[in-house]
Amino acid sequence: MRRATTAAAGLAVGLALLAAGLWLAGYDAGEAMSALWSGAFGSWDAFASATLLRAVPLILIGLGFALAYRGGALNIGAEGQFYAGAIAATWIGVHATTWPGWVALPVMAGAALAAGAAWIVVPVMLKLRFGVLEVISTLLLNFVAEALVSLMVQGPLQEPAGIYPQSAPIAESARLPLVPGTRLHLGVLVAVAAALGLWYLYRRTWWGLRLLALGEGPRAAQVSARVNVRRMLTIALLVSGGLAGLAGGFEVSGVSYALYQNLSPGYGFTAIAVALIARGHPVSIVFAGVLFGALDAGASAMQRDAGIPAVAVLIVQAVVILVLLLGEVAARRAMLRQAAEPAIEAAS
Amino acid sequence: MLLTLTAITKRFAAVPALKGVDFSVASGEVHALLGENGAGKSTLMHIAYGLIRPDGGSVAVGGVPTTLHSARDARRLGIGMVHQHSTAVPAFSVAENVALGADWPVAPTALRRRVLDLTERLGLPLDPDATTDSLSVALKQRLEFVKALAGEARILLLDEPTAVLAPAEVDDLFQVVRGFARKGGAVVLITHKLEEAVAIADRVTVLRRGTVTLSASAREVDAAILAHAMLGAESPPAPARVRPMPGRTPVLRCESLEVAREAGGSGLRSATFEIRGGEVVAVAAIEGNGQRELLRAVAGLLPIFRGRLEVTRPIAFIPEDRTTEGLIPTLTLTENVVLGVGRAAQWIHGRRLRRVDWTAARLRTVDLLARYQVVAPGPDARAAGLSGGNQQKLVVARALERRPRTLVAENPTRGLDIRATAEVHERLREAAATGAGVLVYSSDLDEVMTLGDRILIVAGGVVVEAPAGADRRRIGELMLGMVAPRED
Repeated sequence: MRRATTAAAGLAVGLALLAAGLWLAGYDAGEAMSALWSGAFGSWDAFASATLLRAVPLILIGLGFALAYRGGALNIGAEGQFYAGAIAATWIGVHATTWPGWVALPVMAGAALAAGAAWIVVPVMLKLRFGVLEVISTLLLNFVAEALVSLMVQGPLQEPAGIYPQSAPIAESARLPLVPGTRLHLGVLVAVAAALGLWYLYRRTWWGLRLLALGEGPRAAQVSARVNVRRMLTIALLVSGGLAGLAGGFEVSGVSYALYQNLSPGYGFTAIAVALIARGHPVSIVFAGVLFGALDAGASAMQRDAGIPAVAVLIVQAVVILVLLLGEVAARRAMLRQAAEPAIEAAS
Repeated sequence: MLLTLTAITKRFAAVPALKGVDFSVASGEVHALLGENGAGKSTLMHIAYGLIRPDGGSVAVGGVPTTLHSARDARRLGIGMVHQHSTAVPAFSVAENVALGADWPVAPTALRRRVLDLTERLGLPLDPDATTDSLSVALKQRLEFVKALAGEARILLLDEPTAVLAPAEVDDLFQVVRGFARKGGAVVLITHKLEEAVAIADRVTVLRRGTVTLSASAREVDAAILAHAMLGAESPPAPARVRPMPGRTPVLRCESLEVAREAGGSGLRSATFEIRGGEVVAVAAIEGNGQRELLRAVAGLLPIFRGRLEVTRPIAFIPEDRTTEGLIPTLTLTENVVLGVGRAAQWIHGRRLRRVDWTAARLRTVDLLARYQVVAPGPDARAAGLSGGNQQKLVVARALERRPRTLVAENPTRGLDIRATAEVHERLREAAATGAGVLVYSSDLDEVMTLGDRILIVAGGVVVEAPAGADRRRIGELMLGMVAPRED
């Protein structure tokens, strides 16, 4: 609750700074703010078709990042895993012309999940065998994935005419059903279900507790809780990659209906911020994802209606994160002061 | 007087830790500072070393009143401190760690030479190129000494330096300490081993709940007087010494067991022995002789290399380091209990999801805290908030909650005061009394001798059993690997 208050304060400060900056730069700040608002929340259509639509990948990837982070691993390769999932989904999608939807959709989702997980297999093996930091290996594989997408859309998956660097549109049956009257696909339900499932896993199960133990005290987890470190890390990272892959699959199957380069506007990185401001809590990740989705949607509207570069909204995102971090530091200081005193006493 | 602390007071939150303490140490003197956990010993020394600012009173170094703002100030004035736990950077070499502590330039060749000179001059040989992580506990402590003395210290503060050492190593250490004092240095030795204080110190000061209860020349006191001053009227509970009735069947059997070395140890080369239910078997060994591998293999944490090992389950293990291997400081007491007791606990439901019934787990934790007299704010407190003694009691309570048939404990009373030590001993004996076989290693030979129904010695990776009735000296010889019987 306190955290939500801090986030709201950060949001207010960020928006105020944005408005002040726009005013100083000679824009009509009032018009910009109103465009930002109506683009994100102005109507049911804006909220569903713009805000929630962008929140889906942020939530899925954020959940995956937080899962690995809970176990003490940093998967910053979601961008690459997203593309791996998108490629797999496209592959199935363009070949599923004769399949009924109830076959095509699960197969596609499964393929995207598996591809995202497969994309992190090499970092996992390097970590377990040679101790290579996954921060580095997952990050570097992002570039490989982007290159692979560009290869695909100019090679095996290029549209039949062979003119544009993009894939053919996927079959009708492989497209996710939409919420009537909007462009929001049903992946949103999967994202919310995943959040609730993970919440239950963390909160109520033995496995969830052991994952937390691994992240908080790896030696104790091994010695006193008998955690099989290699196994648990492998599972956590595979699921983390899988969720990012699923996000990529949904983006193809529910939004773009084809594979392009630059399909992701940096979802893999924005989602890390989403997970961090939610402190890894699955339900908070849903809200943080919606918040960042709204800022993104509002930014597009601002650019369209008020002629203001959408990147200006990054200021707001950055300020929200900074304010939350400041709140974190303050809370940690208070906790340390509390904890240090009995500890110093005990040492005497 | 080289160092004088006058009328020092210090409170933490509302709790007074020091209530007007006077303390001083002169050139050429070894001054022992005694007291139970929580008596204020470390707080007083942290004030002398600039780590804690006192609420009242004054500090004078070499007769000049000073305000110490940091440990850096203290070092500049010639005060060095050897902490209880290693403060070295594990990934650095010995030389780099010395440079870090003494603010020396780190040009490799010059530094290496300088550190070699220093260790030679101090009579504390250390390989300057060795990675600190690979040193044994005793050598890590030697490094702490070298670090403390690198800056030409005149005053040396030692925080329980003998807690991790074997008898022979303690003797070496005391020679270094005496030598330092002979050259005009002043030494403060924090300890709660009474005999040690009497043996090495010139003067003894006892703290109890933040006040000085005794300050006298070491010649005028003995262990009994000191114990009284430390504990007041209450004396620690006398250990119940009921001879156990070992069961017939062994709970643990090793045959020609070999275990590959963990970093820093010599590995286990040959172990053949049995432990029956109801027995406490204590292991004596000098750090790094294979006892760690033995205990950890029995606990199922290290793979065996060759030979046979049969252990009756459930097994419970009490690791040496309670804050990195025992508890997870950032988690709550309940969470730590749930993690440690395992999946067979009554609060785990279902075979697939293994749902945790937190209400049951919390209730059980409350019950454990009460039964084992763990002083804690409650089951939802973080483990970091407990004092060392209470953390250890929780680790022991949790191990016993597994109802082990085999209980393995590594230095289970390290850093605990007399009362807490007695309680832990009691618990280990209780476990044996209910039919468990207990295998316990202690780096304190006195503890091995009081605790063990039988004593095993590990030297150079080979396990031998001490002959019945062997005395301290004979066991000490076996620990050093002198297997042939002594000729008297």
